[in-house]
Amino acid sequence: MQDKPLTVAGKTYTSRLLVGTGKYKDLDETRAAIEASGAQIVTVAIRRSNIGQNPDEPNLLDVIPPEQYTILPNTAGCYDAETAVRTCRLARELLDGHSLVKLEVLGDEKTLFPHITETLKAAETLVADGFDVMVYTNDDPIVARELEQIGCVAVMPLAAPIGSGLGIRNPYNILEIVENAGVPIIVDAGVGTASDAAVAMELGCDGVLMNTAIAAAQQPVLMASAMKKGIEAGREAFLAGRMPRKRFASASSPIDGTFF
Amino acid sequence: MMKIILNGEAFEAPEGISVADLIEQLGLADKRLALERNREIVPRSQYAEVALQPADEIEIVHAIGGG
Repeated sequence: MQDKPLTVAGKTYTSRLLVGTGKYKDLDETRAAIEASGAQIVTVAIRRSNIGQNPDEPNLLDVIPPEQYTILPNTAGCYDAETAVRTCRLARELLDGHSLVKLEVLGDEKTLFPHITETLKAAETLVADGFDVMVYTNDDPIVARELEQIGCVAVMPLAAPIGSGLGIRNPYNILEIVENAGVPIIVDAGVGTASDAAVAMELGCDGVLMNTAIAAAQQPVLMASAMKKGIEAGREAFLAGRMPRKRFASASSPIDGTFF
Repeated sequence: MMKIILNGEAFEAPEGISVADLIEQLGLADKRLALERNREIVPRSQYAEVALQPADEIEIVHAIGGG
């Protein structure tokens, strides 16, 4: 069956798996895992360059060339709107005017839950400044609606805390967000394994963004491949429409024609 | 020489050095980076023209792994 592609900020993608580039052993493993995942949108962080150290160290953007992948710079580590906006402006300069960003404003170091009031403030500033904002948020349908109204190009509710691998803690909230959305809904953070990704897609999400679930697996490249399949299986199951749940059994073999 | 703050650390640079020359001196000339001066982006096209002043705060950033 022909599925329509994922469209974000006017660009279409056949892959519905978005991946991060953090926590890998080295750049070779990063590259291999991203290749195995089939992802076309890849997140990066923006940090200070090392002054006077290893000028020849390999660059992340050499292994994920912006000509081949859509680079999604994030604002990870920002705890207020101002630093998040600064980070996005630096990212846009770094990537030659590229306007797609992942906005994430954190509220707390222990949970890494989003700081919603600062997120809303930053989203308003960035949208007014011409950015295409994919926004990390909690699984609150009202906040998701607000972020869409501000003009974010994708709303990305968490499944569970960043890096926790707990899977989708609140599937009915995710469902509510999906059913009311006019922009892509991408679960961002908290998936632990392929079945979690499949569940997100079965709920009707447009995609899943993950990092630790792949990078912290015993074999990241194999897990990247598993995630690709989990996303595809979940998407197909969503499109197929699952059977209704029933309390009692329903025999698969006919009763008619039994000879005993 | 003059003192500037480069990526949060005190740094000595020649008076009036341009952004382009600073980047060259740091060995970062062919790197993919972005630069902020006193919290304002300096576009790459202006690196040669912008001269640094004493006490300028410069941030030079690049992309690294992240989720």
